[in-house]
Amino acid sequence: MNLLSKYAATGIVLAAITTSPVSAAGTHPVTGEALAADQTFTYRLLDEHSSVDPQIVEDVNGSELVRDLFEGLMNQNAAGELVPGVATHFETNDAKNVYTFHLRDNAKWSDGKPVTAHDFVFAWRRLADPETASPYSWFADLMSIEGVGPVMKGEASPDTLGVRAVDDHTLEVRLTASLPYFPAMTTHASTFPSPSWTIKAHGKEWTKPGNIVSNGAYILTEHVPQERSVRERNPSYWNNGATILEKVVSLVINDENTALTRYLAGELDKTEIPAGQYPRLSKEHPDQAKSFPRLCNYYYTFNLSDSGPKAFKDVRVRKALSFALDRNIITDDVLQGGQFQAYTFTPAATANFDVPDVDFAGLTQAQRDAKATELMAAAGYGSDNPLKFKMLYNTSEGHKKIAIAMTQMWKQKLGVEIELANMEWKTFLDVRGKQDFELARGAWCGDYNEASTFLDLLTSQSGYNDGKYNNAEVDKLMQGAKTMSDPSGNYTRVEQILAEEMPVIPVYHYTGVFMLNTALKGWPFGNVEQNWYSRNLYKVAE
Amino acid sequence: MLNYVIRRIAIALPTLLILIIISFLLMHAAPGGPFTSERPLPPQVLANIEAKYGLDLPIWQQMVNYTWGILTEFDFGPSFRYKDRTVNEIIEQGFPITLTYGFLSFIVAVVVGLSLGVIAAIRQNSWIDYIAVGITIGAQVLPNFVMAPLLVITFTLWLGWLPGGGWSGGEWQYLVMPVIALSTSYMASIARITRSSMLEVLNTNFIRTAKAKGLPYRTIILRHALKPAMLPVISYLGPAFVGMITGSVVIDIYFSTGGMGYFFVNSATNRDYSVMMGITILFGALTILFNLVVDLLYAWIDPKIRY
Amino acid sequence: MFPGEKKVEAMAEHLSTLDEVKGRSLWGDARRRFMLNRAAITSLGILVIIVLFSLLGAHFSDWSNEEIDWAILGMVAEKGQPSLESGHFFGADEMGRDLYARVVQGTQISLMVGVVGAMIAVIVGTLYGAISGYVGGRTDQVMMRIVDILMSIPYMFVLILLLVVFGRSIIMLFIGIGLISWLDMSRIVRGQTLALKNKEFVEAARSIGVPGSRIILRHIIPNLLGVVVVYATLLVPNMILTESFISFLGLGVQEPNTSWGALISEGAGTIQYGVEWQLLFPLAFFVVSLFCFYFIGDGLRDALDPKDR
Repeated sequence: MNLLSKYAATGIVLAAITTSPVSAAGTHPVTGEALAADQTFTYRLLDEHSSVDPQIVEDVNGSELVRDLFEGLMNQNAAGELVPGVATHFETNDAKNVYTFHLRDNAKWSDGKPVTAHDFVFAWRRLADPETASPYSWFADLMSIEGVGPVMKGEASPDTLGVRAVDDHTLEVRLTASLPYFPAMTTHASTFPSPSWTIKAHGKEWTKPGNIVSNGAYILTEHVPQERSVRERNPSYWNNGATILEKVVSLVINDENTALTRYLAGELDKTEIPAGQYPRLSKEHPDQAKSFPRLCNYYYTFNLSDSGPKAFKDVRVRKALSFALDRNIITDDVLQGGQFQAYTFTPAATANFDVPDVDFAGLTQAQRDAKATELMAAAGYGSDNPLKFKMLYNTSEGHKKIAIAMTQMWKQKLGVEIELANMEWKTFLDVRGKQDFELARGAWCGDYNEASTFLDLLTSQSGYNDGKYNNAEVDKLMQGAKTMSDPSGNYTRVEQILAEEMPVIPVYHYTGVFMLNTALKGWPFGNVEQNWYSRNLYKVAE
Repeated sequence: MLNYVIRRIAIALPTLLILIIISFLLMHAAPGGPFTSERPLPPQVLANIEAKYGLDLPIWQQMVNYTWGILTEFDFGPSFRYKDRTVNEIIEQGFPITLTYGFLSFIVAVVVGLSLGVIAAIRQNSWIDYIAVGITIGAQVLPNFVMAPLLVITFTLWLGWLPGGGWSGGEWQYLVMPVIALSTSYMASIARITRSSMLEVLNTNFIRTAKAKGLPYRTIILRHALKPAMLPVISYLGPAFVGMITGSVVIDIYFSTGGMGYFFVNSATNRDYSVMMGITILFGALTILFNLVVDLLYAWIDPKIRY
Repeated sequence: MFPGEKKVEAMAEHLSTLDEVKGRSLWGDARRRFMLNRAAITSLGILVIIVLFSLLGAHFSDWSNEEIDWAILGMVAEKGQPSLESGHFFGADEMGRDLYARVVQGTQISLMVGVVGAMIAVIVGTLYGAISGYVGGRTDQVMMRIVDILMSIPYMFVLILLLVVFGRSIIMLFIGIGLISWLDMSRIVRGQTLALKNKEFVEAARSIGVPGSRIILRHIIPNLLGVVVVYATLLVPNMILTESFISFLGLGVQEPNTSWGALISEGAGTIQYGVEWQLLFPLAFFVVSLFCFYFIGDGLRDALDPKDR
């Protein structure tokens, strides 16, 4: 080859290498889409997370981070179904109170050490141990692990907890109750393993970038509180080959309108849509505005304890208020995010839950209003004797709007006079927890995808039953549901009782409403618990 | 004068102590605690956690322990809400941020405000004066929580010149909007005060004498009129400083700068006792120091004032 | 006898029948000067109109400040625009409530907060600061130390805690704002008093034996008025701004009542969504009122300042 053709050949080769960023990033192994060169996902957080220590984290933001940094026994796929995580499979006995998980042998921590069953034993003991002072230690109680009660009280040593490592790759758990949905609970961040050697070496500082050792698809590389967190690919992750996103950045932006502005300016890939803006945004940016069901409800609870107002002891008053509420206005005119009107306490999106036919759901609003007026009159309230009470909610723009709409509806239809009060979160919880209210807002997101996570709230022993509703039949049905293989019949019956007695006013069921960059793919819209994993996401080339 | 300074510093310590006590008591009077949550812990677990943080001790004991910790080790304790961090860390990280943009805002407000006020006073009733007064009033009435989102919309969304928020170690692009939003209303106040006080000074006898002596106008303004005119401005600096600390909350919320202001308000709503106390003490000490500086400036400017 | 004596006598008699010449008081002079200041008078007029608006405006509207117009709820950007036919003179807010009625009610609250807060500051702060500055010595030290201590307590935190502990109410708001507003004034007044008390006329008064309290009340305070008035007119807006900041934090007036601050902070949030009137109307009232306070303050200062211009 003469000199000219050599140069030409070199030039051509160089050009080929440097001018194909798309082929440098590659294509998606499964879908074949062309991937973007910059695989960074930036999203918005409302508030700084409390911690990234799996046994200490208590908020949703923190859990999102922990799910990327660590990995538990099981994971969820895009539809919310259980898929293997660190555990490849599990077995249980007939009574469903002993579970044996088999761990894979190639799972590693980011410092190279293998992930073993001992790491899980360490973590679960740590969760229940009062020394750790975990705000989520009640989850260990919920898991009904043998011996958890005395451990949490500090009366027994954590080694007495009913979890043990049969060998390095086999974990055995003994429960005090029969829980068919126990494996689903292992997707929860509190059950993720933690590296005992790192915690011993660094103490409280072990979660700082540089110290932290994690077994998930990403490792924490930067954390500036109240500003941003950055996590990057963890090469030691057993499934690192399938991870496409290189970097995930979460920015804390308190004001949702500013966050939206910055999203539109291109600084973010995902942000929440402020209430009422979804219709406009879905018209202007149809592919980016998303709305899909989520596993949370929104309700107002009557104070049925002795300190509650006399009027609320009358079921006719309660039903009248619930009937007169036009839920369509709330979902279609106030929230406008595709939310679902709620006539039952449990959201329809819950797995294995058939929404039972409760009678007032089938009526038109006009019929409900007529019934409401009747009931209220029968109970002795009217324009000459108006019903008066105080309505309490925690400070937020969204809750304020809903509360205002509700009070106006009741005022116009039933002549009710309501005093609105809002308190900031902690005061609100304190006041509600002491039954120092008349009608208070409540909301519940399921801890696992099954109706009992909601309905258990209304049993008399539940610690979260702030309205102090007490119905022996509901208690019996929920107790029985724990051991039945198909408890849906009990759940239906409970919802019907709730509709007859109306201890709470269900308002709506949540949807996830956010703006998502069209280049970001793989988001699990079908997962109502919204357990998403960054390693399943990827960005395509525009 | 030195005596005075020493006395002031000596008094500052008991002042701080009283500040600590009042804050502590007020905080513990509020309902709810750091561990009040929607999923309340079983009572024994709650008791254990509180014992671990020393919250089960009687109030006076907690206060003594806390004060002792500060005096002996400068240890402000752990944060109850941000479990991975101590208050010292939060302060170490957030304080330089607030200080940076706060200090810059202060300088901008004083320099621009003084200049604008002096110019308006010199050219009283001219169109310059009217424009200056108009700008200052306009700037003063726009609350910073209206200005902040408007700035972001203008500079980030429409023009794309500046990033919408964040801190990134304090690069200049992240400073521009916070400083504008924070300094504007104080700049306006300073301009107004300067103008009115300068007008008064320009009509006094000694200025008249200086004019009669034939001194150049610039010398009159800068060497003779400015100092006494600045007295009311200096008294205003103290409240301005405190106001900027408050204003920094809005800046932190809108621009996600990670400064102390937001932690401050947040810790109140989270009942994060130690963070709240730490920041209160810090701001309190700063305010006391600043007031001392202001008083000294007074004495320097007006030789008739003696302490 | 001197020439023209008769004429002089006649003139003297004529003069004695005329009315006594009325003396002109200083306050009369001040009032006259104020009346000549067109900007100040105009501002006073505008403020009076705004006050009347807040008291009587509700009569002109069919809507109350809390009623939701269900027909436009959810479509406020399209249907909630200001118009005379729909009865929503200023348009509707995000919840479909009439903005005109809400602005009327908000004006009442904001003006009250501003005036009451400023009055507390002026009265308490001036007296406190003047006494402290004039008496000097240890009393001054102690009094100012108390102010220092109170000022070092970051007021926002105290206010938040007060509102959290004692619940939200207008009274609490007044107490909270009153607690912080007089401190600044007292410092400024004290500073000015320190400068004034060494002036010659005070020395003169002291030397002829005028008691301290009279000196403070009759000599020092009137001379302070210029600075006090300017700062007070800076205060009214500040009070209103403080209240708006508290509303922004969610701790201010409770629903369904509202204030300028609450309306403005809601409007600022929605400005991008095509509903600009929600910000513009309350902001306009806010800005215009504050402008008026400023011009009146300037006018008062020009009128009361005993130094001739």
